[in-house]
Amino acid sequence: MLSGCSSKPAAKAPLKVGVVAPMTGPVATFGVSYANGAKLAANELNAKGGIKGRQIQLVVEDDKIDPTEGVNAVQKLLNQDKVLAIIGPVGSAVALAVAPICQAAGVPMITGTATTDKLSDSGDFIFRACFKDSFQGLVMAKFASENLKAKKAAVLYDLGNDYSKGLAESFRDAFQAAGGQVVAFETYGKDDVDFLAQLTTIKAAAPDVVFLPDYYNKVGPIAAQARQLGITVPLLGGDGWDSPDLVTLAGQAVEGCFFSNHYSADLENPEATAFLANFKKAFGKDPDALAALAYDSANILFAAMAGAASPDDKAAVRDVMAKTSGFRAVTGVITFDANGDPVKSAVVITIENQLQKFVTSVAP
Amino acid sequence: MLWVNVLQQLVNGLQIGSIYALLALGYTMVYGIVKLINFAHGDVYMVGAFIGFFLAPRLGNSLLLTMAASMLGCALLGALIERAAYKPLRTAPRIAALTTAIGVSLFLENFVRLVIGPNPLPFPKLVPMVTYKLGGVYVSNIHIMVFAVSIALAVSLQYVVMKTRTGKAMRAVSYDKDTARLMGINVDNIISVTFVIGSALAAAGGVLVGLAYIVIQPYMGIVPGLKAFVAAVLGGIGSIPGAVVGGLLMGVSETLVAGFLSSTYRDAVAFAILILVLLVRPEGLLGRSTGEKV
Amino acid sequence: MTNHGGSALAGRPRLLAGPLRSGVTLALVGILYVATVGLAGGNPYYMLILSLSCINVMCAVSLNLINGCTGLFSIGHAGFLAVGAYVAACLTKYFAVPLIFALPVGGLFAALVGVLVGLPTLRLRGDYLAIATLGFGEIIRVIIVNISTLKVGGVVMDIGGPRGLMAVPHAASFAWAFLGAAVTIKFAVNFINSSHGRACLAIREDEVAAEAMGVNTTFYKVAVFAIGAFFAGCAGGLYAHLYCFVHPDSASFLRAVDYVVMIVIGGLGSTTGAALAAVSLTVLSEALRKVVALRMVTYSLLLVVVMLARPQGLLGARELTLDGMYGAARTAWRYLVRAARWAGAGRASAGRGASSAREANGARGASAEGGDGGGDAGD
Repeated sequence: MLSGCSSKPAAKAPLKVGVVAPMTGPVATFGVSYANGAKLAANELNAKGGIKGRQIQLVVEDDKIDPTEGVNAVQKLLNQDKVLAIIGPVGSAVALAVAPICQAAGVPMITGTATTDKLSDSGDFIFRACFKDSFQGLVMAKFASENLKAKKAAVLYDLGNDYSKGLAESFRDAFQAAGGQVVAFETYGKDDVDFLAQLTTIKAAAPDVVFLPDYYNKVGPIAAQARQLGITVPLLGGDGWDSPDLVTLAGQAVEGCFFSNHYSADLENPEATAFLANFKKAFGKDPDALAALAYDSANILFAAMAGAASPDDKAAVRDVMAKTSGFRAVTGVITFDANGDPVKSAVVITIENQLQKFVTSVAP
Repeated sequence: MLWVNVLQQLVNGLQIGSIYALLALGYTMVYGIVKLINFAHGDVYMVGAFIGFFLAPRLGNSLLLTMAASMLGCALLGALIERAAYKPLRTAPRIAALTTAIGVSLFLENFVRLVIGPNPLPFPKLVPMVTYKLGGVYVSNIHIMVFAVSIALAVSLQYVVMKTRTGKAMRAVSYDKDTARLMGINVDNIISVTFVIGSALAAAGGVLVGLAYIVIQPYMGIVPGLKAFVAAVLGGIGSIPGAVVGGLLMGVSETLVAGFLSSTYRDAVAFAILILVLLVRPEGLLGRSTGEKV
Repeated sequence: MTNHGGSALAGRPRLLAGPLRSGVTLALVGILYVATVGLAGGNPYYMLILSLSCINVMCAVSLNLINGCTGLFSIGHAGFLAVGAYVAACLTKYFAVPLIFALPVGGLFAALVGVLVGLPTLRLRGDYLAIATLGFGEIIRVIIVNISTLKVGGVVMDIGGPRGLMAVPHAASFAWAFLGAAVTIKFAVNFINSSHGRACLAIREDEVAAEAMGVNTTFYKVAVFAIGAFFAGCAGGLYAHLYCFVHPDSASFLRAVDYVVMIVIGGLGSTTGAALAAVSLTVLSEALRKVVALRMVTYSLLLVVVMLARPQGLLGARELTLDGMYGAARTAWRYLVRAARWAGAGRASAGRGASSAREANGARGASAEGGDGGGDAGD
């Protein structure tokens, strides 16, 4: 049934905000974490009285990390639930498909995790709370050549995944610019389970590091198979590695490996400490970067809604959001540039004794 | 250096090829008897992997017991599917049977996903991995095990089909179902036995895949299922040695293409092989050419 | 599957004829359009789902020509959709071609691919053909995934490879989709009732006999692939301009299976069945969104159950036609009249009066009923 009419007087009606995330599908831990982060932010704000006395109501829809599902989900959120803003999506491909719809409908969209560079051009209603793939690739390339003193790198990425491809290319460009040599640039398909063929080729090229820019569910088996073939060099990755399931899948294979991320539990800022404690209390487990990013995205949005003359005025909210500057978030201090992208640092994390450990922070 | 590379790729290819061979055996037997592409076969393999996943800790992580349990479970599943979904449609148009097979396949995938959840699961490490370095080529004990088990099962199957009475009955049914019935063979039972054996082999494949490739997920059966069918066609549908040869060839060519040409076309290799075979030699490498009777 | 033509043609009540008949059909179609738009109430979400239904109708009906009418088991139909979608999208996005031209050109490219699929698979039957078409579908998908940019005539087109083609102009609407579906259905019905359609039916029933009777099976098999692909390609073009992106996954096996499911549930060989099944399954699939986890499980169970209970599909080979509806309406009216008379006569006087009235009615009813029944001829 069509929504929109409520029996409460308009002034006290809840503020509906949509959340789009992959709640089911191959990267479901991302979606669940993301939704939890947003929920925590909403619950905290509601406990403090909401915005101008009105409670935030989150409507969560599943996009299965598929662009068509994402479009259907967003259409439903915009037209059935009549949400005032969208938090999400998580995946870059979905974000690219969905951004034009939000832009055309004049609904602010803030994604915590879509790192594809192409999103910057989607319009002035589109924001993101994370860094771009071009920056991430640069971070790991610099780390590899400066910290690990690697001269030769091999890259193995998923051709069917835009995030993986974008990150691979930016790493390759940055690594070559830093004077290194990319000795192998191999690919695999979305549904592959057997990577031995490509890994054998990579091994024959004798790299100092191997870059695996993909989501944890793929990196796990790849890492294990790499070790099976006798590849002993460190493996590097991006924020897609961030999941407790990575060590469940790969075990010792990722021990001593490194990946770039938005956030580390070891970061010592007061927002992060508070967030860690509250999240653990609410959901019974440690938050990962997705939860943190969703939390930050939600808070940036809520701050903008509170700062606007009327939280129902989507254009006004957008204007306030665009001026966000020096916002103290869990994952860093956020200031939006002209494209709605934040200027913030990345962290490099290593896996030690099967746990994540912070190594260093890299500023843009 | 290149030699080592080629040999390594060969070893890799034989591993995945053995899995394809196990699956292909099931396809070839079922098709030989009821002329049905059992689309759900790849998903039975997936269920086998999951049964292994669940039972392994309870069976003391013993490879032998896990495999036996998994094979038993899938044998039952295969018989159930055959009785419930395929038997009623034996006289219905082909397309109805095929559609039902697709439906069963989708159901298995999504039901398992419903029960297990969407995340890929790590298969228990039943056998500690030991890698042997043979002159530059890395062969792990898992490589060897997968290959050995597949060959052993295939040989046993060939023995059953060629040397036992049930096997003879299976062959009779595959030549001419009605005459076999006239000769007193219980065709329904034989068909069930075929499905049971095929499913058990698929389950073995599932457990081995879990061992070798670590991660299992509900949709893992789709692509290997299709490739295994192509392997069965390549080897000659209805021929057991053909299925093994086809599976191994498929695995090796796919790996060589991925390693030396381009990994992006890996999956396309399977279908290219299929179309080539169907155009050039539809009876497959080891199959017999049967003219079309009008 | 038996043909319902033949002797049923004579003496059937035919509702009007010629231009008046076409006019009535058009009017009914127009009413359907207005009613659908009215029901949706301008809600873009509903309109999107309805448009998707129309696109699926186009795919299902065109697939029905290949699978249902000619008996070629093709499960690679999604590949044609993808080809049409990409071509049409590139034309509008990079060459500023208006949609009305881009769509058929996309369809033509898809038809070309259809010919490429039909030719090598001529000798294949049944299951082998199915797997071969599946293989072609996958090959198309892999080729698309591997194309990142394409340079045609000085214009560099960003095809996007695995990301898909984004930012396609939003040139289509529900009206376009509805029109597309209507045209496809009309074409399919006309085709089936023509001599070409009969040739295809003959191929389905017994290919060797058809060849012996002089039907050029090669020509028809390839032609029907091309035609089916053409409409799927146009549907793809519409899809691209509605969702504003095209993804290589739209060529995947899972999508192709969706369409096969639609025509099998609707009834192989029945255009109306395909159309109705396409609409219901699209709507059902979206309605089950809430019960996300159960959606696919129910869907696949439904498939198996329908196949077991009714392998010929819900409509079998029957069609919903103007004549059929008129005939059904007439029968219903007759029953009503008879029931009224019976009730009236029963009240007036029992026994003699009632039985003689019933006899007279019975005689009249029998002769009228002979001409009724669900025929399967079109307009």
